[in-house]
Amino acid sequence: MTGTVRVRFFARYAELVGRTESDLALALPATVGDVVRAVRTTVPGGGEIPERPLAAVNLRHARFDAPVRAGDEVALLPPVAGG
Amino acid sequence: MSYLTKDPILVGPLLAAVSAPERGGTALFLGSVRSGAGEDVTGIEYSGYEDMVEAEFGRIVAEAGERWRGARVEVRHRLGLVPVGEASIAVAAAAPHRAAAFDACRYVIEEVKKRLPIWKKEFHADGTTVWVDPSGKPQAAPR
Repeated sequence: MTGTVRVRFFARYAELVGRTESDLALALPATVGDVVRAVRTTVPGGGEIPERPLAAVNLRHARFDAPVRAGDEVALLPPVAGG
Repeated sequence: MSYLTKDPILVGPLLAAVSAPERGGTALFLGSVRSGAGEDVTGIEYSGYEDMVEAEFGRIVAEAGERWRGARVEVRHRLGLVPVGEASIAVAAAAPHRAAAFDACRYVIEEVKKRLPIWKKEFHADGTTVWVDPSGKPQAAPR
């Protein structure tokens, strides 16, 4: 079974891939790590994103092995620099 | 209510929001854009994953309220280009006594540094820009 997740890119990562979001189809069940691997191999410029970036699923920080479901929003986050 | 603003941060309303007769101690932290000795930073452009920033700020403020009962915290973070010398973040914390006010204020700014999905692009006097990476080396941004 496959599903679609929305991947969002920010700051330097958005510049690397030349876009701020991408809908990605992938085999389910999947993890954040699967999404990152798919981005790095299928999105132009995605290979420039680190192998293990910070990530969030549905507005919460998520580990690399966190599950991802169809319809989830997965964000790849450069090192945060707030404050 | 939003924790984000594109305008200069006004601390008066933040202090008013945390003020109450039973809270006798108030701490205010301001983080401002800096250009250190030998640096030529003219400003920093802040961008964020805005929906998550709102959610994460809500969680951080709630955590502070649970850890320091009786404390009340308000926070604002600025987005967009902020010139040197102006505040990019303000945290106001009030509590019955000073220790909890200082501790809650410190907790919020430290968690912001670790968790808040906001990014900084430094603007330099020579026209170059650099993404700030607190975990490593700055990365040159495309012109």
